[in-house]
Amino acid sequence: MSFAMFVQHFFNALTLGSLYALIAIGYTMVYGILRLINFAHGEIFMLGAYFVFWGVTLLHLPWIVAVILSVIVTSFAGILVDRAAYRPLRDAPRISALISSIGVSFFLQNLAIVVFSAIPREVQRPDWLVTIIQFGKIRILPLTIVVPILSFILMLGLLYIVYRTKPGLGMRAISKDIETSRLMGVPVNRVIAITFGLGSALAAASGIMWALRYPQLQPIMGVIPGFKAFIAAVFGGIGSIQGAVVGGLILGFMEIMIVAFMPSLAGYRDAFAFVLLIIILLIRPTGLFGEKLEDKV
Amino acid sequence: MDAKRKRNYTLNAVLVGVLGLFLFWANGHLDGYKIQIMNLIAVNIILALSLNLIYGFTGLFSLGHAGFMAIGAYTCSLLIMTPVQKEMLFILDPCMWPFSVMQAPFVVAVIAGGLMAALFGVIIGLPVLRLGGDYLGIATLGFAEIIRVFANNLQPVTNGALGFKGIPDFSNLWWNYGWCLVTLFVIVRLVNSNFGNVLKSIRDDEVAARAMGVNTFKYKLTSFTIGSFFAGVGGALLASLLTTIDPKMFLFILTFNVLMIVVAGGLGSITGTVLGGIVITVLLEWLRFVENPLTLGNFEIPGVPGMRMVVFSLSLLFIILYKREGIMGMREFSWDWLFGLFRKRGEA
Repeated sequence: MSFAMFVQHFFNALTLGSLYALIAIGYTMVYGILRLINFAHGEIFMLGAYFVFWGVTLLHLPWIVAVILSVIVTSFAGILVDRAAYRPLRDAPRISALISSIGVSFFLQNLAIVVFSAIPREVQRPDWLVTIIQFGKIRILPLTIVVPILSFILMLGLLYIVYRTKPGLGMRAISKDIETSRLMGVPVNRVIAITFGLGSALAAASGIMWALRYPQLQPIMGVIPGFKAFIAAVFGGIGSIQGAVVGGLILGFMEIMIVAFMPSLAGYRDAFAFVLLIIILLIRPTGLFGEKLEDKV
Repeated sequence: MDAKRKRNYTLNAVLVGVLGLFLFWANGHLDGYKIQIMNLIAVNIILALSLNLIYGFTGLFSLGHAGFMAIGAYTCSLLIMTPVQKEMLFILDPCMWPFSVMQAPFVVAVIAGGLMAALFGVIIGLPVLRLGGDYLGIATLGFAEIIRVFANNLQPVTNGALGFKGIPDFSNLWWNYGWCLVTLFVIVRLVNSNFGNVLKSIRDDEVAARAMGVNTFKYKLTSFTIGSFFAGVGGALLASLLTTIDPKMFLFILTFNVLMIVVAGGLGSITGTVLGGIVITVLLEWLRFVENPLTLGNFEIPGVPGMRMVVFSLSLLFIILYKREGIMGMREFSWDWLFGLFRKRGEA
């Protein structure tokens, strides 16, 4: 493989990895706080992409306005999902909330089929993002530089919120011990809602950038990226934001590079992540950065 | 005590006889669509019973049913199709050698499908059953996805994305309900045996079970393997019933449907699973009308594709939010209970 090719693959992998990382953060935050695998997160990602598409094509909004609106609307959708489907089950066995999230996931998928129709939609992309720029032999899309940078900024913003603000303090407290936090006066439900809002906003951002990178929208587009991002979160150590970022990047690089170096395996691309998942769960179930959890008797 | 037992056996035999008569009647008098629904009910009950054994009775949250069904379906189909048929079917790559000439009667093929699924159950169970709770769910879900990706790519064995068409339709009411009864019998006997008590103790408190000296891993693996055997059998019957299979059929939604039956019926209740299987299958078929255009007087409401699954997933959400124990909770139907009911009424 030539150097030029490698650089191109590198940027592709960086893009894919940072998109996974953005989704994975949502999984890891919700799991850290509620010990719930939010299956509906992939559908939130899909909604974010569709809302921008709607804003741009139906309402003729400028791109930037559509993006901001979509992120806001999607984060409210995330909060709504929590309020309607998870909050009533806070005291139920954990698996109930998990089944509920699977139900929400299928509900949103099929609602999208009803509302947006199952026909794949093509996304009109702003030209400057997709005009190839050339450095010597290296040809890359501006998009593959913009996406990682934007993702990085969003992640820094999130880390600021989690480690420097009061709701962030609440999140960290709840993830240690929800009951004690409640007794200490943390407004648990509000903090959880904020968590869902933030996670959904990041998923929406990721969905929008995903739609720019792979310009086809369909109601089931969130399923596979959702699973993979979840795997990234497990890989990094579920509950840890830094872990989710590292896990997402590693997963993105692994996928692109395996296909780049062994093109014959391209058909098995979707299986890599799951194989990685099973291996990780066996060797180090707590992931790279995860804390050790023990069975409480 | 023994008289009671004798009575129960007799009543069970009578019930099976009535079912047989009903099937005989249905075969002659119902149209193809209704018979197909009845077949689906039987297959769904098999699948849901196997998941209930794994999840409802042993507490192993497994989301890998679609994978086991796929294994059963592909194994069975490869065995019941004739070599000529296989040669015509595999247009991109010829069928791999041992599979291209193998052929077996339907019973053998279904059992082979179940055994193959059970084999994979052991292979996947050995590593992943060490995990607990939702991690196990995700790992088994991953396994099902891996199976599907392989079905999509392993051209010489599975015919890739094209799948199989024209699988002989040996599967009929007799086979399906026969297997359904076998599954029911095996699982009822298992659950009510000492083995079943151990499974329930693992579900209720695994640490305590281990502390009592139970080799929990061995029991979990056995339960998981038996469950995957019947999931494979269900998949095999389904393949012959539908006569076409392809990798797209074994998406996560298939597991979701089975899970829905178990949850709706009541986790850990066999009666509930049977009732859930009937209710959910009929509901799923009935909901097709939601997607058809509807004429009310002079108004015509156009059919909305996708509406069926919207309603279906909403009903799952409703059950899990408002009636978490499902139809039966953990109760079971029994003859003693039925007669007890009459006695109470008689005394009062």
